[in-house]
Amino acid sequence: MMKLTLVAAASALALSTGAAMAEKLTIGLASEPTSIDPQFHNVGPNNALAMHIFDRLILQDEKQQLMPGLAVSWKPIDDLTWEFKLREGVKFHDGTDFTADDVICTFERAPNVPNSPASFATYTKGKTAVKIDNYTVHFKTEAPYPLMGNDVSTVSILSDSVGCNGTTEEFNNGTAAVGTGPFKFVSYTPGQSIVLERNEDYWGTKPEWSEVELRPITSGPSRVAALLAGDVDVISGVPTTDIEVLKNDGEITVSQGPSNRVIYLHMDHFRENSPFITGKDGSEIKNPLMDVRVRTAISKAIARDIIVDRVMEGVALPAGQVLPDGFFGVSENLKPVEYDPEGAKALLAEAGYADGFKMTIHGPNDRYINDAKIAEAVAQMLSRVGIETAVETMPRSVYFNRASRGSPEGLPEFSFILVGWGAGSGEASSPLKALIHTYDQEAGLGATNRGRYSNPEIDAIIRQALATVDDAARQDLLAKATEMAMEDVAIIPTHFQVNTWAARKGLTYTPRTDEYTIAMGVAKD
Amino acid sequence: MTVFIIRRLLQAAVVVMLMSVIVFFGVNVIGDPVYMLVSPDADQAEIAATISRLGLDRPIWEQYWLFLKGAAQGDLGNSFIFGEPALQLILQHMPATLELAFSALFLSIALGIPLGLYAGLYPDSRISKTVMAASILGFSLPTFWVGLMLIILFAVELGWLPSTGRGDTVKVLWFHTSLATWDGLQHVFLPALNLALLKISLAIRLTRAGVREAMGQDYVKFARAKGISTRRIISVHVMKNIMIPVVTVMGLEFGSLIGFSVVTESIFAWPGMGKLLIDAILQLDRPIVVAYLMIMVLFFVIINLLVDIIYSLLDPRVRLQDQGA
Repeated sequence: MMKLTLVAAASALALSTGAAMAEKLTIGLASEPTSIDPQFHNVGPNNALAMHIFDRLILQDEKQQLMPGLAVSWKPIDDLTWEFKLREGVKFHDGTDFTADDVICTFERAPNVPNSPASFATYTKGKTAVKIDNYTVHFKTEAPYPLMGNDVSTVSILSDSVGCNGTTEEFNNGTAAVGTGPFKFVSYTPGQSIVLERNEDYWGTKPEWSEVELRPITSGPSRVAALLAGDVDVISGVPTTDIEVLKNDGEITVSQGPSNRVIYLHMDHFRENSPFITGKDGSEIKNPLMDVRVRTAISKAIARDIIVDRVMEGVALPAGQVLPDGFFGVSENLKPVEYDPEGAKALLAEAGYADGFKMTIHGPNDRYINDAKIAEAVAQMLSRVGIETAVETMPRSVYFNRASRGSPEGLPEFSFILVGWGAGSGEASSPLKALIHTYDQEAGLGATNRGRYSNPEIDAIIRQALATVDDAARQDLLAKATEMAMEDVAIIPTHFQVNTWAARKGLTYTPRTDEYTIAMGVAKD
Repeated sequence: MTVFIIRRLLQAAVVVMLMSVIVFFGVNVIGDPVYMLVSPDADQAEIAATISRLGLDRPIWEQYWLFLKGAAQGDLGNSFIFGEPALQLILQHMPATLELAFSALFLSIALGIPLGLYAGLYPDSRISKTVMAASILGFSLPTFWVGLMLIILFAVELGWLPSTGRGDTVKVLWFHTSLATWDGLQHVFLPALNLALLKISLAIRLTRAGVREAMGQDYVKFARAKGISTRRIISVHVMKNIMIPVVTVMGLEFGSLIGFSVVTESIFAWPGMGKLLIDAILQLDRPIVVAYLMIMVLFFVIINLLVDIIYSLLDPRVRLQDQGA
């Protein structure tokens, strides 16, 4: 009896504190932002954090579609100029007005932050911001540039008075962390917590939470335990093994959504003798991956449904191209390649590899969800059609360097690799220009083309798309380039990652394709 | 004694120096961190610019020379990831690790020695046998598993203690500590217990072995014959003798509490140096790895020195002198 009363009292207490605490939201993050300075490190966790404190001229919604932010409209007025009309009446957290000066100084600072390990120069290069009047800015480019909106949507707007000349340390201690965003900076303790409070004068939809605490809990099981213990309200990056348990837990809501990240296989397209490919007897053979029939056979030999169902426990989508449906530049004609081991064997025989060959697949083991297991599954599937495939996985710190320039000549080291690509811009030109276009140092294209695939016809279409400002025409060009690349099996997409968030009952997180975890996405039921 | 200490410190400097060479070149062999850092969208020019900004395009010996020049002025380089001085970052994370390590040391001594004493005095009692069996578990269960079990039991199931993180801190002297607040103590208990588990077991076993050995010694028999109370025999004569190995081992283990708190810090999201180090290793943040290991070497040397000094205080037969090495 005593025990019962105690339980009742405890739950009553829990309920009452629950109601009182409802305004505060605590989020357990899988990876920690490394700085409050939104222009210091162009990396997911930092960009997600910046969205709380700062606005951009153009915002990306949860599907990475562009929507007006601090700019109310933007359009090209001639081939080389984009005109942005700014939102009037917006105030920074310190009460100063937002004007064109803030935009100009932001774009001057963004590419030049000292010590920045990954600057925003990627998005600001080739653009000059010019102030026309207090609420009009022109962006000038050297050549017609269609992705202005996407690029501008990545840069957080700082305040001319304190932000633009602030150092990274001044952002971290809060003095320069003054934005126009939905939340104000309160405190930052590295490794421990970031505390934010609601901006009561926010120009857009006011957040539901008066206070937000972001706590990095990088160990997956601990993050889940913290949610179950009620120490945090929402967590990101739920480990795949825990998803079923949480779904069946009445106290937890799980939300899932596809990301912009495709997991794919890249093949050596450029070496006559590829270092990790030999004949069955270990003899040196001509690189079979240069034959499109072999590449097609490999694609057919991979059972994408099984990868999705078994390895990913249903938390992925089979992929037939570089971005999932719904993104700009996606082809409607492409479907995931059907599993067809007999067809694969036939194609191998036709190409002169009836007996198959030996190959090693290399992949990271700590970068993508279940990456090492996927590499193992792929190897087994290929071995079944005669391509005896060994697996070698390694930590990403070793892997990416070797995969990008590990050979003695500074070229990609491996023959057959598993990698992923997240389209930061949220449209198809990002993977096409980085992965499919010929490696071209001068033009800055094909930078991540680790197979050194090269097809002048596709290159021409990608370049044309990158210079086509008209959306409909560009959409068609991107789709066409994708179709050609898939036809020629430049890369073999296996699946799109699906991300999982979990929240305590009564809260729901709206999944984002850019994998960001933000307090604005948490809604009360 | 002064000469002894000075010589020890000089030896430490040499060890630190050697350590920096091993670590600096060792981390370099793994690869360079550029691809960990740059945004995937970066083009070739951007990647090249990052490489030169971080100084990674210079030959490795030149990078080491620049590092040494900086180190001579107390600058161990800037973290690639955080862009702040590595030394400052480590010092910032140090109080959290130290308070965890001290709490763990306190638990090991406060629990381990009395339990070990009891088990040594009454080896056949049921309680002693239970304690000894439990200490085997403390030795053999992996920390990460025990840590998760502690969280599941005390935070998720019972809801008595917070699951992860560090509690409220207050500023004491020049650093922030969470040991001075109730919230902080609640947060530190589980990780400290997890970290201490192995050391508690160690203290139990050492104390028990020492007590059992000492109780049969002539001086104990003689003291008994003289009619000295059992309480005094144990608390003065026996304890003093068994403390020497316990102090030595616990002192050395304190270094490992600090150095190897990595697992516990990761599981409990404890913002200490270990967590900082493991993240730095994963991302090849070389300046942090190098600075951390150099600081650790210093730590171990200083702890060993302190152990030697305490030793000489506990046992008057021990004289601190240079053995002409």
